[in-house]
Amino acid sequence: MDKNNNAVELRNVEMHFNMNKEKLYSLKEYFIKFMKRELRFERFIALQDISFDIKKGDVFGILGLNGSGKSTTLKLISGILSPTKGQIKTYGTIAPLIELGAGFDMDLTARENIYLNGSVLGYSKRYMDERFDDIVEFSEMQDFLDTPMKNYSSGMVARVGFAIATMTTPDILIVDEILSVGDFHFQQKCEERINKMIDGGTTVIIVSHSIDQIERLCKNCVWLENGKIKMIGDAKEVCDAYKKS
Amino acid sequence: MSNCKAMNDMKLFYSDLKKFFPLLLNLSAKDIKIKYRRSVLGILWSIFNPLLTMLVLTQVFSMLLKVQVENFATYYILGSSLWNFFSEATTLSMMSIISSSALIKKVYVPKYIFPLEKCLFALINFAFSMVAVVVVMLFQGTKLTATLLLFPIPVLYCFVFCIGFSLILSALTVYFRDIMHLYGILLTIWIYLTPIIYPEELIKHNSVIYSIVKCNPMYYFVKYFRDVMMYNALPTFSENLICIFISLFTLLLGAIIFNKAEKKFILHI
Repeated sequence: MDKNNNAVELRNVEMHFNMNKEKLYSLKEYFIKFMKRELRFERFIALQDISFDIKKGDVFGILGLNGSGKSTTLKLISGILSPTKGQIKTYGTIAPLIELGAGFDMDLTARENIYLNGSVLGYSKRYMDERFDDIVEFSEMQDFLDTPMKNYSSGMVARVGFAIATMTTPDILIVDEILSVGDFHFQQKCEERINKMIDGGTTVIIVSHSIDQIERLCKNCVWLENGKIKMIGDAKEVCDAYKKS
Repeated sequence: MSNCKAMNDMKLFYSDLKKFFPLLLNLSAKDIKIKYRRSVLGILWSIFNPLLTMLVLTQVFSMLLKVQVENFATYYILGSSLWNFFSEATTLSMMSIISSSALIKKVYVPKYIFPLEKCLFALINFAFSMVAVVVVMLFQGTKLTATLLLFPIPVLYCFVFCIGFSLILSALTVYFRDIMHLYGILLTIWIYLTPIIYPEELIKHNSVIYSIVKCNPMYYFVKYFRDVMMYNALPTFSENLICIFISLFTLLLGAIIFNKAEKKFILHI
């Protein structure tokens, strides 16, 4: 069925944001400005003419300074944003790790949140039942399962989030700066799990400010600068060039 | 070409709905848990609340207005419970997209889930308040008739209408936050344009107001609901047709507006 062995394809992708000078949230303001013809939008081009492929089973890094379009690229790939121009194709299931614990309700207990978050990612209750013990074990939260999550520390929240997001073996895993949370011990555990997924053939896309991490984990890499591709290719070469700049 | 796109949209809609149906249920369950957590009587409040409000209002209005309605308590609680369902569903839905911004910004979730979930939550609350309705009916000795069994029909009409209206409201509120403040006032006007605390006869002589009331969708749902619940009356074919038309039209309009607006939600929340 799969004609090619790409996991993600980006073709001439462009992303514009309309940034109004001031945010107009009220109807009255909007009409006044509209009548005065003062509705100004400043077009901000976050990404411009981005095309690249990510092969199946690749570990792909995205490098760049703040505001270079890394997170926008990830959001486009995971389908949260849709591009202004161009096409994005993804093959297979995607597990986004963009900020762990996004779907948690802090008034609920960890047990309830695990089920809730599972359904946010589109899994059924029965499916979650099977994996519940795994998640608890990995996050080491056995003693706090029935405590409301508002009493958790941020590290604890991140652990549960990571455990849920990685409970399955997705075809594509998106990792955005998340390896920086949690203590040393847990970070190691996360990397181990990601490595295991890589061995299992999962395509991993990593965004990080830590070049060491990218160099260590990735095979290929793209370097974004001001929304354009500055360099793409072997992770080592790109990282070297990035360090020199 | 455009036909093909529409087909794809439909397919995506269907697969999304199937995939995220558990989320819909989980979110509603979460809302219910949070609403009643740490209250001693818990879910019983859903029954006591309409009962107590009914007691206060029937006392006040039977004194003030000297309204002559047979079984006024039943008359009132039937109208008000359906109205509360509508007002709760739409008010909560209105804020649903904005308050789920954390989620929407980070994971792909079909956005209509959020208003839909609030409507479902309101429907569950409504189901509990039906216990209060039954209590009042038994207490007042309202004759229980076979048409009672038809009660899901007006509820369904109203539910579909709620979903449609919620879709419109939640989408527009993302762009214009004024709606949050305006809607409360609109609801106050709206409730008085629906015969809930007063009998329909009271306004029949004023042709202007009466014709406005006749344009009010809630008027038809409430009337239908009372007809089957307490008047042992079978609504006519044309009454059914009006209800179906209102609810489906609103749903369709809501779906179109929401579909147009949702792509840009993320830039505004």
